[in-house]
Amino acid sequence: MNHNGYFSDFGGAFLPEILMATFDELTTAFKNAKADPNFWREYATLMSTYSCRPTPLTLAENLTRHFGGARIYVKREDLNHTGAHKANNVMGQGLLVKRMGKTRVIAETGAGQHGVATATMAARFGFDCTIYMGEVDVERQRPNVFWMEQLGAEVIPVKDGTRILKDAINEAFRDWVSNMDNTHYVLGTACGPHPFPEMVAWFQSIIGQEARAQVLEREGKLPRSIYACVGGGSNAMGIFSGFLDDATVELVGVEAGGRGLDTGAHASRLCSGDAAIGVAQGYKTYFLQDAEGQMKETHSIAAGLDYVGVSPILSHLKETGRARFAVATDREVVEAMRLTIRREGLIPALESAHAFVQAFKDAPNMAPDEVIIINQSGRGDKDIFTVADAFQDPGWREFIIKKAKQYHA
Amino acid sequence: MLEDYLKDRRKEKDILLMTHIVAGYPNWDACFDLVDAMVDAGVDLMELQIPFSEPIADGPVILKANQDALERGVTVARCLEFGREVARRHDIPFLYMTYYNILYRHGVDAFVEDMAVSGIQGAIVPDLPPEEGDDYLRAMTRRGCNPIFIFSPTTPDERLRYLSSFAQGFVYCVARKGVTGMDTRFTEELSTYLARCRQATELPLALGFGVKDKQDVDYLKGKADIAVIGTQTLRLVDTQGVAAVGNFIRGLR
Repeated sequence: MNHNGYFSDFGGAFLPEILMATFDELTTAFKNAKADPNFWREYATLMSTYSCRPTPLTLAENLTRHFGGARIYVKREDLNHTGAHKANNVMGQGLLVKRMGKTRVIAETGAGQHGVATATMAARFGFDCTIYMGEVDVERQRPNVFWMEQLGAEVIPVKDGTRILKDAINEAFRDWVSNMDNTHYVLGTACGPHPFPEMVAWFQSIIGQEARAQVLEREGKLPRSIYACVGGGSNAMGIFSGFLDDATVELVGVEAGGRGLDTGAHASRLCSGDAAIGVAQGYKTYFLQDAEGQMKETHSIAAGLDYVGVSPILSHLKETGRARFAVATDREVVEAMRLTIRREGLIPALESAHAFVQAFKDAPNMAPDEVIIINQSGRGDKDIFTVADAFQDPGWREFIIKKAKQYHA
Repeated sequence: MLEDYLKDRRKEKDILLMTHIVAGYPNWDACFDLVDAMVDAGVDLMELQIPFSEPIADGPVILKANQDALERGVTVARCLEFGREVARRHDIPFLYMTYYNILYRHGVDAFVEDMAVSGIQGAIVPDLPPEEGDDYLRAMTRRGCNPIFIFSPTTPDERLRYLSSFAQGFVYCVARKGVTGMDTRFTEELSTYLARCRQATELPLALGFGVKDKQDVDYLKGKADIAVIGTQTLRLVDTQGVAAVGNFIRGLR
């Protein structure tokens, strides 16, 4: 990375002038924190006492046997407090907010996991908290809205644009340009203007550091491949960063193929011809956009992957060939999730299940002495409404109808 | 030169007026009528905003206009034609206002070339600080177009001077934090800020964000060279129609 936050030709800081001073302040605070060993120690302690770090590395014996190839390990980010890797980034930024002396945090959220994590952090540290969430996502992730509000956050449904994650990010920026004096924007993924991609990747690198040590201890060797789903890219960057310097370890990012790349209804920036390099939301990367530069609608069964842009660091890893990217369709995701639940007793989030899809495609072609790791970035309980629909579960349907009647009575 | 034009014009008027429209909103016929009405009412220069799907510096009114225009099929190509046409019809300076991705996808050189050929005198690109603007600045200089940069109340003095070293034509001073279309308090704090801007550059100063009536424009006389009326005319178009705009502008000074 160069001094302006570029990775290859991706990244940068395309900021309105009003935010320049705020970003200077943030960049300085981040640099100082990174240079201070006490900061990381404080962060690691917080994560081991308030969340469940280190998270386990689980050998998925039944799935390994089922596919008859590589030994499949699962990195259990779902066991973090609030149920996803999002907690890592959020608690880290929370410590930074304390250092900067700000009293209010705002955040965007897609699946709601980042919103819940931010609201939790705000409750713990005593910050005021506002969460922006696309109206479409509010509908499909209602339980998370409930929890954010219980945690004391104000949840603002965003009714502009495509009414999903990117629109929530725009709205959070609009709040920030008005309130930056006391407010920090806790961006949830390794995207956005410098220093966010680098900073979020740094907090998430705790995943990869742990995973590398754990797999070496258990297997005495490095894995052949690492699988992670890619929305904005923070969980992928988190686990990848532990293995970036290990040239033999293949890094595989899995994007949302939605209804299939040829339908246009997907969120694949790195594997589809519908994406091109552009500049939006303050940074330069591959965006799903039309020939004139207007952003397209995206689709995924997983709200957390339903985003037009992707981490500039991942665009860089694609460009240099260091990482491989694949897609998983909605249908494949539901099947992989069903299999994982039944065979292993693990409930991955719909987002995380994308990584399982590609791992399941590759594992049978690998030798039994080879090892792979799937990053289970979050737990799937929150997806109960979407998953129950996808599974077409009759019992659940009956329950909801009955419940609705009770509220009507 | 835009700077000379503005300075000459300032000798005749206490304050100049710059107005803004979103190209293609509410429709193309209305846009031509709006420009006619604004020029007829004596505005000194105009911004033509090319719609973008992610206008992060704009507030709800302009955001909605961007979205409506795009939903109705407004293209960048059509906006550039519109710019060419109004610049041919009227002899005041016109500027494009848009976000960087529009230029980037079109090709920065090709975009600036089109501006120059069409007689569009400059551009305001709020998400493109000079640090990211090498290609843009090179193209604008080569074709003699004016890159308009933005000062904000949070910009330190040193950076005001840095920005001024890239700016041409005039400088756009944002009156306050926040996005377009919110209320601005026209108080001592604003004059102090404008005095700080004045110190940093020889270029004429435009003041925008929240300027909505004659009282606001009067306040700016002697403190800024250009008052920018953005959201307020859009509100008028939305509530009273295009016909109301001419009288509104005439009543501002």
